[in-house]
Amino acid sequence: MITLTKVSKLFRTGKGNSETIKAVNNVNVEINKGEIFGIIGYSGAGKSTLIRMLNGLETPTEGSVVVAEKEISKIKGAQLRKARQEISMIFQHFNLLWSRTVQENISFPLEIAGVSKPERTKRVNELIKLVGLEGREKAYPSQLSGGQKQRVGIARALANDPKVLLCDEATSALDPQTTDSILELLVDINKRLGLTIVLITHEMHVIRKICHRVAVMESGQVVEQGPVLDVFKNPKEQMTKRFVQQVTEPEETKETMDHLLERYPAGKVIQLTFVGDHAESPLITKLVRNFELDVNIVQGKISQTRSGSYGTLFIHLDGKEDEMLRAIEFIKAQQVGVEVITHA
Amino acid sequence: MLEELLPNVDWEDIIEATKETLYMTSVSVVATFFIGIILGLILFLTGKGNMWQNRAVNGVMSAVVNIFRSIPFLILIVLLIPFTKALVGSMIGENAALPALIIGAAPFYARMVEIGLREIDKGVIEAAKSMGAKTSTIIWKVLLPESMPALISGITVTSIALVGYTAMAGVIGAGGLGNLAYLDGYQRNQNDVTLVATIVILIIVFIIQIIGDVITSKLDKR
Repeated sequence: MITLTKVSKLFRTGKGNSETIKAVNNVNVEINKGEIFGIIGYSGAGKSTLIRMLNGLETPTEGSVVVAEKEISKIKGAQLRKARQEISMIFQHFNLLWSRTVQENISFPLEIAGVSKPERTKRVNELIKLVGLEGREKAYPSQLSGGQKQRVGIARALANDPKVLLCDEATSALDPQTTDSILELLVDINKRLGLTIVLITHEMHVIRKICHRVAVMESGQVVEQGPVLDVFKNPKEQMTKRFVQQVTEPEETKETMDHLLERYPAGKVIQLTFVGDHAESPLITKLVRNFELDVNIVQGKISQTRSGSYGTLFIHLDGKEDEMLRAIEFIKAQQVGVEVITHA
Repeated sequence: MLEELLPNVDWEDIIEATKETLYMTSVSVVATFFIGIILGLILFLTGKGNMWQNRAVNGVMSAVVNIFRSIPFLILIVLLIPFTKALVGSMIGENAALPALIIGAAPFYARMVEIGLREIDKGVIEAAKSMGAKTSTIIWKVLLPESMPALISGITVTSIALVGYTAMAGVIGAGGLGNLAYLDGYQRNQNDVTLVATIVILIIVFIIQIIGDVITSKLDKR
């Protein structure tokens, strides 16, 4: 559905355009039809520029961008405007027209596409139902909550039956609960309409919850990409590991670890990582039954991704040294990741 | 009682002069509104990072607007005498004041329009583009409606300035309350006439301000 080939974008800055910044650097990405594809990176990583090249709001300096069989990086004028009706976009700050009501906002792209008045009304009503805004048709954006505004944004984006939906940090301005409800809505429309969704975010939580595949961006380059569960299981780059930690380790983990190591001078603190089915197997029971060890659960978390669960568990083992080593070997044999935590 | 207090006031003259002032003000306000919006849109759209970005056009427009905005109105009328004569055929009467009023006020208003347009969230314009909107659609359906409160409060301020300009134009023969206050009030030393003319002008200004405020707050759904 979307193919980016060797895409780069240079920005000229400084006095007399003397300096150049490579916002996007030689990016190759292939996104399949019906997929939810996430691009994660910190601000300044180039993900905003990248997603804007998918609908021609930015043009690449080099390389080609093909979306729905149209080479967006080449076409201009009326052709580009026509193509944009198939590639809609939602925004971090919603970007609704304050002067229009909910239904008038949703009607806007239909007016652009030249849809007749009675058809617009019909379509707007369908969309209001789809995003769950019944009863708010006549409200102005200023009377809506953030989540409701994003629902209007989504309804507006779906008005012309697009093939691709681009989400530019669509949940970054929302509280966690509202974020979840918007993400659910996105998953729902992805399933129901078979829509290809590309989203950019700096929150791994968003990737984990709804994406099939993910690309990690750092200073203009895609440093790692693959199925979400694989990336969680086996993050290769430092940047990816940091993002994975956002989800798997609560912020206070490091402090907790230091505290634990002090509290239990004897024995070992071990971090276990589970992926997929193993996340649900009764490992601890087996450990206690088969080994002469004290097992103490310190902290644990299981995260759901689209294609399976991913968990981390911190346990404290105490007993004879060789028994502990045997236990660790046993855990490894269960295809569970093991890491003995020591003082950092 | 009123006649004792204001012995020199001829109410028919006052009404006549008020009509002339209202005529000059309303015609010039309407013309200024449209010309100012067109100029303001060009200033905005040719500006840096916008749809018709063009340094040359923007630079020239900006300079012209600044020059006309800076010329004191009384001097502008004098400078425009040949132009007015060619256009209207005379320097006397309300119509003779109109070219100077419009040329004096439109650049002033154009700047306010430009400021109003710049305050529109760039993201909203980007959203419209991402939906495949043409520039004309963006102008009519995004730029103008989204800046309408600013455009209305701008034209309110400009209208009030125009009432003042008509009084100045009156002094050099355009008629209206300014003319009355100057000829009958000041030159014939009839202070009561000046006072009444002033009060009527104040009432006009207040009414304009109230109408402007009401429309602005009605339109503003932010």
